[in-house]
Amino acid sequence: MADVLNALVLLANFLIVPGLTYGSQLALGALGVTLIYSVLRFSNFGHGEIMSFGTMFTIFFTWLFQGWGLSIKPLPTALLALPFGILATMALVMIMDKTVYRYHRENKSSNVIFLIVSIGTMFVIGGIVRFAIGPADQIFFDGTRFIMKAREFKQMTGLSEGLAIKTTQGITIVTAVIVVAFIWWFLNKTRTGKSMRAYSDNENLALLSGIDPARVVMVAWLLVAALAAIAGTLYGLDKSFKPFTYMQLLLPIFAAAIVGGVGNPLGAIAGGYVVALSEIAVTFAYKRVVGYLVAEEHAPETLLQLLSTDYKIAVSFIILVIVLVIKPTGLFSGKTL
Amino acid sequence: MSTLFNDKRAPILFAGMFLMLVAVGVLQSWSVTFTLLNMCLISAIMALGVNIQWGYAGLFNVGVMGFAALGGLAAILVSMPPQPAGYAAGGLGILGGLAIGAGTVFASVWTYRRYKRYSYVALVAVVGYLLMRAVIDPAVAAIEAVDPSVSGWLGGLGLPIVLAWPVGALFAAAAAWVIGKVALGLRSDYLAIATLGISEIIIFFLKNEDWLTRGVKNVNGLPRPVPYEVDLQESSAFQGWAQTLGMPVDDASGLFVKVLYTLLFVAVLAFILYLSEKALNSPWGRMMRAIRDNETAAAAMGKNVTWQHLRVFVLGSAVIGLAGAMLVTLDGQFTPTTYNPLRYTFLIWVMVIIGGSGNNWGAVLGGFFIWFFWIQAEPIGLWLIDSLTSGMDPASAVRAHLLEGAAHMRLMTVGIVLLITLRFAPKGLIPEK
Repeated sequence: MADVLNALVLLANFLIVPGLTYGSQLALGALGVTLIYSVLRFSNFGHGEIMSFGTMFTIFFTWLFQGWGLSIKPLPTALLALPFGILATMALVMIMDKTVYRYHRENKSSNVIFLIVSIGTMFVIGGIVRFAIGPADQIFFDGTRFIMKAREFKQMTGLSEGLAIKTTQGITIVTAVIVVAFIWWFLNKTRTGKSMRAYSDNENLALLSGIDPARVVMVAWLLVAALAAIAGTLYGLDKSFKPFTYMQLLLPIFAAAIVGGVGNPLGAIAGGYVVALSEIAVTFAYKRVVGYLVAEEHAPETLLQLLSTDYKIAVSFIILVIVLVIKPTGLFSGKTL
Repeated sequence: MSTLFNDKRAPILFAGMFLMLVAVGVLQSWSVTFTLLNMCLISAIMALGVNIQWGYAGLFNVGVMGFAALGGLAAILVSMPPQPAGYAAGGLGILGGLAIGAGTVFASVWTYRRYKRYSYVALVAVVGYLLMRAVIDPAVAAIEAVDPSVSGWLGGLGLPIVLAWPVGALFAAAAAWVIGKVALGLRSDYLAIATLGISEIIIFFLKNEDWLTRGVKNVNGLPRPVPYEVDLQESSAFQGWAQTLGMPVDDASGLFVKVLYTLLFVAVLAFILYLSEKALNSPWGRMMRAIRDNETAAAAMGKNVTWQHLRVFVLGSAVIGLAGAMLVTLDGQFTPTTYNPLRYTFLIWVMVIIGGSGNNWGAVLGGFFIWFFWIQAEPIGLWLIDSLTSGMDPASAVRAHLLEGAAHMRLMTVGIVLLITLRFAPKGLIPEK
């Protein structure tokens, strides 16, 4: 029995907890991509850089607060700085929409042109971020490192495997739940949210019923800015902040959005977890888990790893390709915003 | 005046580009000019490839990097000498593994056709994959263990590297066919995301499969299609020739090699440009543009849109693969870590859009123009910030930060130029006729 528990704890420690954390981060990112897709109808390639921009401002405010000696221990100071990071990101997307996207919206540019424009914004924001904070790694986490340490868990349960939960993992999952609940409430219960859904379902009908498109677009961008800043900060707290990794995050995020069905917020969240958990599950070495479950003489000699960890990011694309081949509309198709 | 400019727009712009390169030759050095020019030529070929897909057919391929890297793979596989020790260690295992892999693919497709059940297909694929891994893993380990600091891979075929250029085109075309089969016919941005993803997978593969590419250990010292500087310096004929030019032999040999590359590349560019222009002005080219401008109408006229898209996608990717092989040939080394989407995908796109989508001459000009500024923006930006901040205290931290950040200015500049072009001159420098 203890062996089964040990195997489960091992899985929880290395697969489920990190998977849920990363999945939450991807889900928030994918939610932003999906919102832009359903309201403005294009795939926003600049989303990774918007996340990076929000994180950068959160880091700046974190440094400022640390300089003042402000602290909310045991929680990281970055949580205090996050609202300011969100505000900065909102300002950025508003400027971006006014100067860049509005023109193409008014001229009814095709969605591929929008896509290329978003690549342009990716370059510009990426340049700003690298110019302001530099391309190097930044670690801005402070506060208590662990909610539960592996050693404490072992003492508590008497098992030989430990389960460690990092503070950042706890924060990520809790924040993601709150944010997702808020978005759900906003889209389904508020007047603005409902008009957004109406606009995304049928633009002309929505216009006829007196919905102000400029307002819908603005609210969508503001939501996306907040989502991006939160997702970026959570990722940065959990790992570290490096502009280049944020650009690479774009791909798993797109995979999550498509796997769930682009334009469907519920799908985006589910997609985030599907992509994250399978990334880790496919590159996880099951040797020790199986070692607990089978008799000693049958213990495996190889690592029992489907793909080497080098291919971790590639997994999300493989899932993406499989979904594109089998069900291009995603797992939750037929239901948009 | 403006009509004169419009009529003679392309020649004037090309003359301007030529003058800029000459100015670099006079102000900096001729060696720099030809280094720039060689890269400009390769960029122009890549841009032509993208233009075939985007300009002719409106296909948005964001996987340029992957196709270029496949071209690079062709360069090392064709030109490097084979490693018999590697083959002895695990050649059979690799062969067997690849055969099982191919068998798995066919079996999966057959299972799908026969039973139409994805669960069966998944079962076949997983079993086949595990079998392949069981055969290939020990072979890979054995090959990579053979003298890893200098070898540790299977090597290539030891053929002349120029042969690798068409082979690179073939590799890229094969990959494009698979990708096109999956993603074409879906919504337009799915192609973008799928190509972006697959190009990343290709790079991951090249970085990690050491038995095939030496991975991050890189492949250096590729054979050249042109003579080596050292040999030139030793030949008495070349020494005499350098003397009549009044140049030191070292400089002359370096320049001579670069000029030879330029001639080779110009020949390839001219060939591809000729074919592209022929294709664009043929009935086929007209049909492609008709499909691009109105898919529904073209389909109603009986054109098979998906099939034509697949064709043009494969063709364009082949051109990119060719350019990728040429690039590795010019570098003389294959370093998988240098492939990043900014430089190899998005920059090429900027070239096409700024040059003029749908116009081959525009793509060529864009390739020249953008590469020139991509390289020269750094010294210009540095100089600009240096002179703008010259009034500041030289020890000031702000000034140091600005100077340090100047390197990232070109990223921003390219983005801004792209956004401005899309807004104010969406047809580019040389618009489509």
